[in-house]
Amino acid sequence: MIRLVAAQRLLVPAAMMCLAAASAVMAQTIDGRRSGFDFMSRDSQQLQRDDTANPGMLAVLDGEGLWNAKAGRANRSCADCHQDASTSMKGVAARYPAFSAALNRPIDLQGRINACRETQQQATPLPWESKELLALSAYVGNQSRGMPIAPPDDARLAPFRQRGEALYTRRVGQLNFSCANCHDDNAGGKLASAVIPQAHPTGYPIYRLEWQGIGSLQRRLRGCFIGVRAEPYAYGAQEYVELELFLMSRAKGMTIETPAVRP
Amino acid sequence: MLLAMTAADADELRAFKVTGDAIVEPLGGARGDVARGRAIVVDRQKGLCLLCHTGPFPDQRFQGTLAPTLAGAGARWTEGQLRLRLVDSAKLNPATIMPSYYRTEGLTRVGAAWQNKPVLTAQEVEDVVAFLATLKDPQ
Ligand code: HEC
Ligand code: HEC
Repeated sequence: MIRLVAAQRLLVPAAMMCLAAASAVMAQTIDGRRSGFDFMSRDSQQLQRDDTANPGMLAVLDGEGLWNAKAGRANRSCADCHQDASTSMKGVAARYPAFSAALNRPIDLQGRINACRETQQQATPLPWESKELLALSAYVGNQSRGMPIAPPDDARLAPFRQRGEALYTRRVGQLNFSCANCHDDNAGGKLASAVIPQAHPTGYPIYRLEWQGIGSLQRRLRGCFIGVRAEPYAYGAQEYVELELFLMSRAKGMTIETPAVRP
Repeated sequence: MLLAMTAADADELRAFKVTGDAIVEPLGGARGDVARGRAIVVDRQKGLCLLCHTGPFPDQRFQGTLAPTLAGAGARWTEGQLRLRLVDSAKLNPATIMPSYYRTEGLTRVGAAWQNKPVLTAQEVEDVVAFLATLKDPQ
């Protein structure tokens, strides 16, 4: 019930404004693929649509501040190198994870942000799931809102994406589920009170009502592993990047919603 | 069909025998308790049944829609058939999503807290079987 209370509290201004607000994200269905947005209640959908009510926008604002703040021994801000994020970062989230030649493996957007911190700003990497890393990811992700997911056509990614697919279809945990068991075979069904979505990573980082906060795709995936009583991978594990590669290719062409709201 | 089953890692699991699509004998010979069985079935952390199933539980909100109703299960199946469906549904349908409640082998990446433990103990399986057997009404 905590969820509903939070939604209602935030919704009062949203309900008044939603008719006027040009909706940033409309229901999206492409060849039977549906965003988690489409599985939500109208209240939660309105919360996501209205930037003045969407709690994820607070992280985007924080991220804008960090984008412009000088950091590290290099005393440089993201903006010092990339200038205006609304042009330089447009479309970036839509094509991540991408192959890092330096590391010789794919990295996700958070990994990319931390790589810039270390090498360009000469600052310590931000901890996974820290407020700062989520804020920067939300700000960069928000620059791609409304754009189609466009995984790069990069042959070096293929074996990693295939491993992601294998992880997606492998049964794990004491309850012995694969991702596909829920998200392909039973999407739209109800697991107790939760409607099972199709697992399209369209809106990360998301503001999740159950968390009462913003969280990354990795946090979401950990929740799914823990739910089936499997040992979750540690934050930053390559397995999450591989799963994300597969999920993003599965969601190709769907629209980025960052920051999405989810139940 | 008569297959003899001995669960390996037997310090946790009692041996049982599958006969056709049933385990005729109670696990470890224990008899179940109907009231305890009901409590397990409606418990979202223990039995987990209502995450997927609906059933004749008007007091329970948020029942799942992924599985057939438990109403009438006791009329459709014998106790022995119910027991095998709980112990290891995958034996009857390898593609099922119904967890195997009394099995520890053939699982991958089981969380540290759950390793080498069945979802339910032999006694708990018997309690649930005893309760399901009372669900005669298909409504
Ligand atoms: C037993 C069912 C189940 C399994 C297995 C499962 N999930 Fe989920 N997943 C859910 C449910 C339910 C939700 C929605 C949570 C909510 O709304 O409370 C969800 C949400 C998600 C989302 C968020 C979608 C969105 O719109 O933001 C993603 C992505 C996801 N799962 C991926 C995975 C992956 C990858 C795996 C395997 C590693 C997995 N899931 C395994 C039930 C499951
Ligand atoms: C994650 C989903 C899930 C959970 C949890 C679950 N089941 Fe099932 N169960 C199923 C599905 C799906 C079937 C349909 C048969 C199949 O898939 O093999 C089924 C079938 C059954 C049947 C046979 C139903 C019939 O009349 O045909 C019984 C009895 C049963 N389950 C009892 C239980 C009990 C008792 C629990 C909890 C202790 C439980 N189940 C937990 C998914 C589940």
